[in-house]
Amino acid sequence: MKSQEDIFQEKIDAELKIEAKDWMPEKYRKTLIRQISQHAHSEIVGMLPEGNWISRAPNLRRKVALLAKVQDEAGHGLYLYSAAETLGAERDQMFRDLNSGKAKYSSIFNYPTLSWADIGAIGWLVDGAAIMNQVMLTRTSYGPYARAMVKICKEESFHQRQGYEIMMTLAQGTPEQKEMAQDALNRWWWPSLMMFGPSDKESTHSAQSMKWKIKRKSNDELRQHFVDVSVPQAAYLDLKIPDENLKWNEERGHHDFGEIDWEEFWNVVKGNGPCNRARLKARNKAYDDGKWVRDAAVAYAEKQLAVSS
Amino acid sequence: MKNWPLWEVFIRSKNGLHHKHVGSLHATDAEMAMQNARDVYTRRSEGVSIWVVESKHITASNPEENGELFEPAQDKVYRHPTFYEMPDELEHI
Repeated sequence: MKSQEDIFQEKIDAELKIEAKDWMPEKYRKTLIRQISQHAHSEIVGMLPEGNWISRAPNLRRKVALLAKVQDEAGHGLYLYSAAETLGAERDQMFRDLNSGKAKYSSIFNYPTLSWADIGAIGWLVDGAAIMNQVMLTRTSYGPYARAMVKICKEESFHQRQGYEIMMTLAQGTPEQKEMAQDALNRWWWPSLMMFGPSDKESTHSAQSMKWKIKRKSNDELRQHFVDVSVPQAAYLDLKIPDENLKWNEERGHHDFGEIDWEEFWNVVKGNGPCNRARLKARNKAYDDGKWVRDAAVAYAEKQLAVSS
Repeated sequence: MKNWPLWEVFIRSKNGLHHKHVGSLHATDAEMAMQNARDVYTRRSEGVSIWVVESKHITASNPEENGELFEPAQDKVYRHPTFYEMPDELEHI
């Protein structure tokens, strides 16, 4: 007699999607709730560093693009929260976990956006790295998550292009503008590589997630791919990637690159990055300041219900 | 109302096609659900018509009953045109 867990694994191995009401191991459910809600939180917190520049965008074309991008991030957060809810997570609880600091979100958003060039670097590198991960997740084994990812990937591609276009404009501008672009690349390169998570030998959740096909490529594989595609993009901009050990390895058919500062990585994960506190403070303020709006909406709906019944 | 009610969103991408489920959202009432659906699911001209329905009004089949629900259709090949033998030279049938 096959156990439910065996049947579940057979479905996964046969590339059948798991849907919300299907039987699943409790740990599969928990892993997905953790991963999807973290992903949702990242979209929501990700609006903060970019929102910082909406009112200071250099022209109207850049401003409408950035507004549309930030609005997309809000939408992506909502798709993902909905996907997590199909597994039994509660929206309000997820908000509370984010605001209390209990839940994690991508560490990249704990770095500050100091100049307009950072908006270019974020679109090019941060969205570029996110897309690499998200394209893989369009084939994840849990149906609602995969479908959310398909929608997100369709919308993300403009994000990366608008970022690269900003970098290109600056890199081909005055020496001062080019220097701004180089400075942004210097500051965002390493944190972007960290977005793929700990190296495979340190990653605690990886083996099981690969077996369940929640993820299909390892952190190091995705990171290598990101480096390989970014090198010619940086060369086109005539900007220098800040890594002395970066060079093409003919034998491997990939670029070799330097060691990530893992101490910095874990330090930011643990809450001690340059903006962790500011991000949580902004989220809490938005939530608290919006309370009267939520209360009013509920009061209005209840009143309408009372009138109609 | 701690968690606002959940609504399912269905969109018709163009006239001539069915409405299709695209996702869900929270809203206090139908009007807000409609406005949110427009902002969340049609930012790139994905639709010409939106339906929103509160999720609690949807009855879903239970995957554990898939056997009795769907298996009876699997051995009824005679419901498909390919079951019937036709000579090759025959046309328009």
